[in-house]
Amino acid sequence: MFSEEELKQVEELKSHYPTNLSAVMGVLHMYQDKYGHISDEGITYVANLLEVPEENVLGVVTFYEMYHQHKTGKYKLQVCTNVSCMLRGSDMVLQTIKDKIGIGIGEMTDDGLFSVHEAECLGSCGTAPMMSVNKDYHENLTPETINELIDALKAKG
Amino acid sequence: MSEYQPVILPDIPDLDRIDVYEQHGGYQHIRKSLGMAPDDVIGIVKESGLRGRGGAAFPTGLKWSFMPTDGEKPNYLCVNGDESEPGSFKDRQIFEFNPHLMIEGILIAGYALRIKAAYIYIRGEYEKWVQMVEKAVADAYAKGYVGEKMKETFGTDFSCEIYVHRGAGAYICGEESSLMNSIEGIRPYPRVKPPFPAQVGLWGCPTTINNVETIANVPLIIERGADWYKNIGAEKHPGPILYGISGHVNKPGVYELPTGMLLTELIHDVAGGVPGDKKIKMVIPGGSSMPPLRGDQLEGVRMDAESLKEIGSAIGTAGIMVMDEDTDLTRILTRITHFYKVESCGQCTPCREGTGWMLKVFHRLLDGEGEPKDLDLLHSVAKNIEGNTVCALGDAAAWPVKFTIERFRDELEAELSR
Repeated sequence: MFSEEELKQVEELKSHYPTNLSAVMGVLHMYQDKYGHISDEGITYVANLLEVPEENVLGVVTFYEMYHQHKTGKYKLQVCTNVSCMLRGSDMVLQTIKDKIGIGIGEMTDDGLFSVHEAECLGSCGTAPMMSVNKDYHENLTPETINELIDALKAKG
Repeated sequence: MSEYQPVILPDIPDLDRIDVYEQHGGYQHIRKSLGMAPDDVIGIVKESGLRGRGGAAFPTGLKWSFMPTDGEKPNYLCVNGDESEPGSFKDRQIFEFNPHLMIEGILIAGYALRIKAAYIYIRGEYEKWVQMVEKAVADAYAKGYVGEKMKETFGTDFSCEIYVHRGAGAYICGEESSLMNSIEGIRPYPRVKPPFPAQVGLWGCPTTINNVETIANVPLIIERGADWYKNIGAEKHPGPILYGISGHVNKPGVYELPTGMLLTELIHDVAGGVPGDKKIKMVIPGGSSMPPLRGDQLEGVRMDAESLKEIGSAIGTAGIMVMDEDTDLTRILTRITHFYKVESCGQCTPCREGTGWMLKVFHRLLDGEGEPKDLDLLHSVAKNIEGNTVCALGDAAAWPVKFTIERFRDELEAELSR
């Protein structure tokens, strides 16, 4: 499933630690980057690749917020609603998204392009309100910038 | 404080580039350290008065002195960049604008503590910042400042490796023993202490865990001396510090200034005051876990560990959250409690169950079905979480509720009749 190049990366990760278990998180990130989420198959694959028990991999996958066992939107809109963002308009962010693409927290658009997630503080309090879209942070959001962003993502497809 | 010149985040363009960092004296402080005995390096850090910037403000030099030197097992260093405490967004600035200062700090700490390898733990959501730090580490390796090559570069017997470990979205991993379990690749439940990490840490080996900002102070102390450092800011908690100011202020952001600044000066002068010149209802001085202060008790309060302790709060991460007079405190507390419920690792019953119970009661209050006795119930649940869990996250979940009810009972009762 991983290419030769990716397998090299796995070897590099393994070399950072005295045990293969420690490489599980990094390899799961790689797997999710490639396939969008971590299926049961993926858990078995990562476990076999690193020669660690499947239950360890499952235990790690289910613990962390960022590993998804089910499909998410191609663009994950993760809206911080924690205190600093709440004080500066995270309600507006969620409402603007809802008005624009018709979905709220925990939902995905029918075309699978967007899903909306409630994020805990993402360390962007000085530039609130904010959301991340996949790995990119979008800060100091206004209704205009949110609409522009979603339009741009739609155009990209 | 306009005369203060930042040293952790100085105004030097492209300082994140290794050549620019070198031009400004970079990687000379590790050279200087290698010319001293490891214990003398620890001595200087002790003498400087540096205290941890991650939350507990524990004296760094003292923490370092707990590490064994017999060398039976390898020693490790973990650099905590999990930065997940709501209201904290400072370490990210170091990753982005001065990563080599942190790397050089790791090398100096590494030499002082005789470590084999250091792991920089960065929260998973900071993917872009992980890449920035990975690039900086790779550049430092390429220049021969890290790893086997440093023996040749510096003419020393010492060498250590530096790796970046990316998290995956769990607040609990900012707790040091949880962080170590996360690196080990098991479910990151906090460990029971003792034994402490300096005895039994990563893979059972002696380990020190320091915050990113703490480590970034180290090269500056070696460069300029302990006397320079301890004369900055508050006497018992000296040095430059990164204040993160957010919420209802005109100019939110991270500001590097001396410790011990007046909270009112930070809010009104540094961060430009409250929009619409509204009054302040509440300030949380050090990230959402720290006891909140009333707007009418801010006069004369200084931002250092000792002053905040005196007034019944704590410095935490120096993430200052400001809330104006129109803020709905029930809603704020509900959101904070929601956070701790989601982030509770589930290991200890008081935290796992207690946060859920508190959240249910808060939703009752938000729905307008609350009574004053619900505030007593919340206070009682919070008190029963506090001190009854393996890690400090139990206290972190309890304190905002407990202290807000104690300090803002009038406001909360008024909000009951919403």
